[in-house]
Amino acid sequence: MVGELEFEKPVIELRKKIAELKEFTMNADVDLSSEIEKLEARLEKLEADIYDHMKPWDRVQIARHPGRPTTLEYISLLFTDFFECHGDRTYGDDEAIVGGIAKYRGLPVTVIGHQRGKDTKENIRRNFGMPHPEGYRKALRLMKQADKFRRPIICFIDTKGAYPGKAAEERGQSEAIARNLFEMASLKVPVICIVIGEGGSGGALALGVGNHIHMLENSTYSVISPEGAAAILWKDAGQAKRAAESMKITAPDLKELGIVDEIIPEVKGGAHKDVKAQAEKMDTILHKSLKELRSLSEEKLVSHRYDKYKSIGEHSVIKEFIGVN
Amino acid sequence: MLKVFTKSKKKKYATIPSEMAKQDVPEGIMTKCPNCKKIMYTKELVKNLKVCFHCQYHHSMNSKERLASFLDENSFEELNAGMISENPLNFPDYLEKLEKDRKKTEINEAVVTGIGTVDGQTIVVAVMDSTFRMGSMGSVVGEKITLAIEKADELSVPFIIFTASGGARMQEGVLSLMQMAKTSVALKRFSDNGGLIISIMTHPTTGGVSASFASLGDYNLAEPGALIGFAGRRIIEQTIREELPEDFQTSEFLMKHGQLDAVISRIELKEKIATILSIHQQGGDLEW
Repeated sequence: MVGELEFEKPVIELRKKIAELKEFTMNADVDLSSEIEKLEARLEKLEADIYDHMKPWDRVQIARHPGRPTTLEYISLLFTDFFECHGDRTYGDDEAIVGGIAKYRGLPVTVIGHQRGKDTKENIRRNFGMPHPEGYRKALRLMKQADKFRRPIICFIDTKGAYPGKAAEERGQSEAIARNLFEMASLKVPVICIVIGEGGSGGALALGVGNHIHMLENSTYSVISPEGAAAILWKDAGQAKRAAESMKITAPDLKELGIVDEIIPEVKGGAHKDVKAQAEKMDTILHKSLKELRSLSEEKLVSHRYDKYKSIGEHSVIKEFIGVN
Repeated sequence: MLKVFTKSKKKKYATIPSEMAKQDVPEGIMTKCPNCKKIMYTKELVKNLKVCFHCQYHHSMNSKERLASFLDENSFEELNAGMISENPLNFPDYLEKLEKDRKKTEINEAVVTGIGTVDGQTIVVAVMDSTFRMGSMGSVVGEKITLAIEKADELSVPFIIFTASGGARMQEGVLSLMQMAKTSVALKRFSDNGGLIISIMTHPTTGGVSASFASLGDYNLAEPGALIGFAGRRIIEQTIREELPEDFQTSEFLMKHGQLDAVISRIELKEKIATILSIHQQGGDLEW
């Protein structure tokens, strides 16, 4: 099978063996059904063992799986009447971010998200889901439009990060990201952010200042990729696995840190195994989340967002210190 | 010598169609696509909203054709149809030119405005007409568009404009320039009141029109292959002394450069606009 992951190999091998045995009994005159039953029970246990105790690095592998559903796939499954809007009205149309208007359960909404490709050709077109400044500016343009027409905003986060390139710096990458954080703070409509794959640093956060942040169970959200962190901390990108363990980048970690509101459970083995079922699981949480936020007034939504970010971070105060005075 | 004689025996004739043959194919029954050079029945072409069957070239539409293709049947109610231009600068020949165009086009100015419905949804619509003074904008065009925007505001319905213009009308000088500001000021008030603005740029949308209401939509859309730009191609080439790319200032060029939400074929236009309108309908959230 294409795209099978290292940690799930025992499951896949056992499943193969069972299939072989089944085929064997069909052709030969031997009854192996009790053996098969036993093996199936073992498979169930093994699956539970592996998928219920996934290590951070395993989750990183799932989050990066080439077949992992993208923003446009979720849009087509969760929304109707999607009309894509292009361009930042200034410089260009960044295809690493898609956005537009649609209906969610009959309700007009604006939906925006990072867009990766699933093959090389599309990945080149989408710049591997790594946005340029015009991408963030398009997103902001659509958010302001949503604000004008009082439409809730739903953002799908799925990027390795902002694109580290010359042109991006020339066109004000930092300003574009900063502007989004700044402007998203004052949106008078519900903003819901869902991390569906990798949430890579500033490029992710530029779509991430929401009232609610939800994460798919096997997605990650981090200040830097594990490889990047390993290179900075230990001068060895090869220690990415170690970095992934220590950096607290998985959905359960972020829930514990008080950043994420809900973890959206994934289908067994990861969202790529059944996109439709995954969209249904997402729908349940999105519906609940939007219903809750729609009951808040415009001012309340702004202060709710303010309070959410204000409360993030940890510190303590000491009694005895030498101040500048 | 002999050879010359035998050769000259073969007379060559040019074929000139007889009067009879000429009447067989009346003027306008066939149309040649300026893009792919293929010939097709005009009637069929009109039925296909004047989009070439072979190469999808969008033949230009006048205001009447546009309204018929876009609005629900019999839903159009025209506004300010009788408004005509003065000659504020006493520009030579201006009034005569206007009169000539009025006769030719059977409309009174380069924009037609009114109220209508798209898929049952009420809108105020303004359609510029490039057959009248190249769709140029003078006082009347500015005023009619402004009044249409105010009407949309008053009725709390969306404002949709189809642009087609060579730019400001030279014969009205700076008064034409000021129409850019006048229409934009009206759009800003409408927008601040929550009004929905959809601009659909058609061939050609240039100069002062492109630098005012055409670019101020909540949704800026364009027909494929339309020429859209501020300064003319020749002026730019002469100024920068460089040859410009072939697709320069086309809809597709603008889309790539972030100026358009979408380029939409005329065949799908009504349906797409109806979708956008339905997403902006009040009370669409009843089940919530």
